[in-house]
Amino acid sequence: MISLRREGRAAGAVMSRNFSLIRRYLGWELVFAFYNAVNALTIGLIGLAEPGPGQGMRVLYLSIGALLWNFLSVLFFEVSNSVMWERWEGTIEYSFMAPIRRVTYLLGVCAYAVLYGLVRTLLVLVAIALFFHVPLAQANLGGAALVLAASSIPFIGLGLFGAIMPMLSAERGAQATQVIQGVILLVSGIYYPITVLPHWLQAVSWFSPATYTLVAVRDAVLQGTGVSALVPTVLGLLGAGVVLVPAGLYAFSVAERYALRTGKLKRNG
Amino acid sequence: MYAIECIDVFKSFRPEGESPWHRKGQKVSALEGISFAMPQGECFGILGPNGSGKSTLIRLISTLLLADRGEVRVFGHDVRTAPLEVRRLIHRVSVEASFFKKLSAQENLDYASGLYGLDKAQARERAQEILLRLGLPKEKIRAPLEEMSRGQQQKVAIARALLTSPTLLLLDEPTTGLDPRSRRDVQAFIEEIRGSYSASIVLCTHDMQEAERLCDRVAIIRGGRFIALDTPDALSARYGDGEGLEAAFLRLTGEDPREEEEMDA
Repeated sequence: MISLRREGRAAGAVMSRNFSLIRRYLGWELVFAFYNAVNALTIGLIGLAEPGPGQGMRVLYLSIGALLWNFLSVLFFEVSNSVMWERWEGTIEYSFMAPIRRVTYLLGVCAYAVLYGLVRTLLVLVAIALFFHVPLAQANLGGAALVLAASSIPFIGLGLFGAIMPMLSAERGAQATQVIQGVILLVSGIYYPITVLPHWLQAVSWFSPATYTLVAVRDAVLQGTGVSALVPTVLGLLGAGVVLVPAGLYAFSVAERYALRTGKLKRNG
Repeated sequence: MYAIECIDVFKSFRPEGESPWHRKGQKVSALEGISFAMPQGECFGILGPNGSGKSTLIRLISTLLLADRGEVRVFGHDVRTAPLEVRRLIHRVSVEASFFKKLSAQENLDYASGLYGLDKAQARERAQEILLRLGLPKEKIRAPLEEMSRGQQQKVAIARALLTSPTLLLLDEPTTGLDPRSRRDVQAFIEEIRGSYSASIVLCTHDMQEAERLCDRVAIIRGGRFIALDTPDALSARYGDGEGLEAAFLRLTGEDPREEEEMDA
């Protein structure tokens, strides 16, 4: 019980530290939020470029992509780059020398990433709602939120895999996580159906949890698909999470062991 | 039981920038058969030129590195197989005060106390007590670390380590680069904590007077090996013609410790 409380405090400390950093970098946070909102609006405006019926649905289709990508990319970025920030700040040895389980540290990082991603996405959602008159009468927003919540788990798993690389090399690791994020953006059908991709890329898209998330959220919002019809996707995403999160944690522990053996767990930059 | 036991410890590194796929260069040896036992409550000094293996040894004891060969035990716990138990007993202050520089001392210490599972309010009270004792102005506690001098940052680093009341304190050049007054403050505080809760301390330093003042025994390390290990007085008598630790160090290593410290600072 005492041990659980201690681990809980530690996970809370990681979250609290990150929120303190947001306060200290508030200017940058506002700039990022503004850019995200403008970017989403710009993408939404593409839906208005072609006149005629269905403009509202096109705007909504694109806006869903922008919103989801905003959330999932922030989640992936925050989890995968947590180690990179620690290396650049020079605190990695202190954080990793603390008497807590690594899973506790990562739990704090992931919980922060989910909350932070939600806040950033809500801001974009507000901007979209104020800017466009999107048709939401038929939307099943509860179902969309359920799919989004389920998709967080496999994305945390992917983020844990992403976090391995900055542990082994700060700069190259950060470069690699950007490349992974770019590939997910390309193949997951964020702004278009995956059927427009070349066949070989469509095969890659099957491995991205974002592909299934986007299809299900669009079904829920654009066609009002009920929760019962979304359940297979939700279960699929949870299943992917059940595989990816423990696999990510295991891979992280193997990488940490390698870093301890080779002396790579130290300050960079 | 010993605070630390090192048995025939070896450690080598591949040169920086070399990937596992291009293993052409020779590994560089950092530690070559280090063995020593440090009794509980002792202040054990490690003196050596830059690159002699001091920090590698500290990082091995801190569970931040794994030895290629040999054993390291902290209060009987093997650092390789029981790192969590070891981490509960230790804390480390390194030569560079490593913090989130945008955060204040208070925020950094809140983070540290949370990681160690301490009660936030109690930890804040204790942190403030330690920082004031070390001579950090009260108004600085809420200022971002980036606005503090190196000496002030190092005091916060010491407060962070002492916050958890570690049984074993690993001090890797804690006073390097500090002004004389800050240095005296830190040294006096180390003496005080030894007296107050009988912590065991490993102290890496280039400051011979500091080692003479604080350490019960001193090991001189060169090329990853301990080339001498004894009390400061005995080392001075045996290798320095009774002229102090500095003379002994010069004789044994051929290096001037003051130049080493300037390079580190």
